[in-house]
Amino acid sequence: MKANQLNISSQSKTNRLIQNAYKQRYLLMMVIPGVIFMLVFNFYPIYFAQIAFKDYNITMGTNLSLAPWLGFTHIIEFFKSPDFANVMADTLGISFYKLLIGFPIPIVFAILLNEIAQTRFKKAVQTITYLPHFLSWIILGGILLIWMSDSGLITNTLYHLHLISSPANMLANAKYFWPISVASEVWKEFGWNSIIYLAAIATIDMEMFEAARIDGAGKFRQIWNITLPSIAPTIVLMLILAISGLFSSNFDQIFVLRNAVNASASNVIGIYVYQQSFMYNRFDYATAVGLFQSLVAAILLISANATSGWLTGNSIF
Amino acid sequence: MHLINNRKSHGESAFSLINIMVMILLIFIVAYPLWYILVYSFNDAIDASKGGLMLFPRKFTLYNYVVMFNDSSIFMAFGVTALRTIVGTVTSVFFTAMVSYGLTKKNLIGRKIYLGLGIVTLVFSAGMIPSYFLIKSLHLLNSFWVYIIPALFSFYNALIFMAFFRGLPESIEESAQIDGANEFVTFVKIILPLSMPIIATIALFNGVGQYNDYFTYILYITNNEGLRTMQNYLYQVINSTTASQLTQHMPASMAAAKKTSADSLKYASMIITSVPIMLVYPFLQKYFVKGVLIGSVKG
Repeated sequence: MKANQLNISSQSKTNRLIQNAYKQRYLLMMVIPGVIFMLVFNFYPIYFAQIAFKDYNITMGTNLSLAPWLGFTHIIEFFKSPDFANVMADTLGISFYKLLIGFPIPIVFAILLNEIAQTRFKKAVQTITYLPHFLSWIILGGILLIWMSDSGLITNTLYHLHLISSPANMLANAKYFWPISVASEVWKEFGWNSIIYLAAIATIDMEMFEAARIDGAGKFRQIWNITLPSIAPTIVLMLILAISGLFSSNFDQIFVLRNAVNASASNVIGIYVYQQSFMYNRFDYATAVGLFQSLVAAILLISANATSGWLTGNSIF
Repeated sequence: MHLINNRKSHGESAFSLINIMVMILLIFIVAYPLWYILVYSFNDAIDASKGGLMLFPRKFTLYNYVVMFNDSSIFMAFGVTALRTIVGTVTSVFFTAMVSYGLTKKNLIGRKIYLGLGIVTLVFSAGMIPSYFLIKSLHLLNSFWVYIIPALFSFYNALIFMAFFRGLPESIEESAQIDGANEFVTFVKIILPLSMPIIATIALFNGVGQYNDYFTYILYITNNEGLRTMQNYLYQVINSTTASQLTQHMPASMAAAKKTSADSLKYASMIITSVPIMLVYPFLQKYFVKGVLIGSVKG
């Protein structure tokens, strides 16, 4: 009958939507909780971030409308404050050295490890070097606190090797903080970070190496001309991620190792935000600084991603 | 295909030898610090403080551990940690897997919007203070659930699940749907059993994350010492300076402090805290490794 034939097109779009939603109601019930979670835990906090632009104090509780609007006052105060140079230097400096030293080592390690012919030995090396990644920074920090103290194991060894001038607590010395932070993080993560490069190397066609050998290429030539170019896409991808993390810092590590004496060298932006809010009660100012950090980190990630996509055709998004 | 010349050149032999030596050096640099702590913790404290401990305990003793286990709050901390690790891991893995499975269905209404939201969460975060306000307004401050609920879902893990689910053959789901099963039933009865490898991987990542986390307590728990975790307990220990300070909550503390030292007690605490990870680690290493690889190939 004519009325039935016209049934489908006579339904409004909303009606069709509701019908489809009903058909997939179980599917929606599985997914919507995740969407709600993201809205609540990732997007709703942005509402609270408004105190970055207001004059807020704790007595207002969560009633943010009580706080008068200040615009960019807080962030400008940060830019003009004497803390700014210190925070920027510590954040970028530590991240830079971690990149400079910590980025190549896993790659070199993976290449060398791949050359080990004895399988059981190779597996043993992997098992051992991956382990520190799973230990918390409390454990590692605890070890460092003891070993770097007055006449601690590391302090004594370095003193006897004439690498440091006095066997005093190395963590109570601002100038050692950056090296300690970099070295300990590299020690902890170089094995784990090599996994992805090992996997990339494993996919290289063995015939290329054999052809090179026959042509007389030595180990280093083979690595330089075959291994490295083959894993270059992986390296670039990891480099994007590393660069996008330049403006962040390893909060867990620095929080444990930081003390009043090395404070000027360990004043990374995450710690600064924490201190300004929970020690000085300047929640509005701290939020402004925190927003600044999130924004710069986001810009870094997007730019690094776009640059890599433009240069090499590889990108994450 | 056989190599024409199977003999290694001098250069290659030298390279292999140096390589092995480098690896042995690396093993030493990584493993020895941990071994040293183990040895020291099982050694008499006064003897240990004389220095020179190398490979094995000189004066073996369990005393340092006896002292630590005399502190009732260590058991409380362990209970909190065990509970949050188990509950947190089970809930987050199930929740994330469920949402991820739904997100792989192309007919899902609003799918592109949800995926877009997810990507945004990977790029930008509001920060520590806004999160604090959120947790406060959700009444999760000083509650055990602050360990569980905020950890339920991570879009990063969701992407890993989605990549895995996309690799499963569609025919299995189709035959289930013909039998009248809805998407949730399909997920629980068919997809989950087939996804054990990826579930193991994500469960291990989440579990280790739960176990090692210490900042949640510091940030969100201000007047509930009963919620202290093993890591936070250890944090207190490593920041104590004398053995008497460490043992002040324990019975017969003064007598205890004389036969041990702060360092020995700290090392014993570190070993106690790392035992669960050490036990689980060797068996599950391959799952961790697989996880890194899948995570990097987010199709």
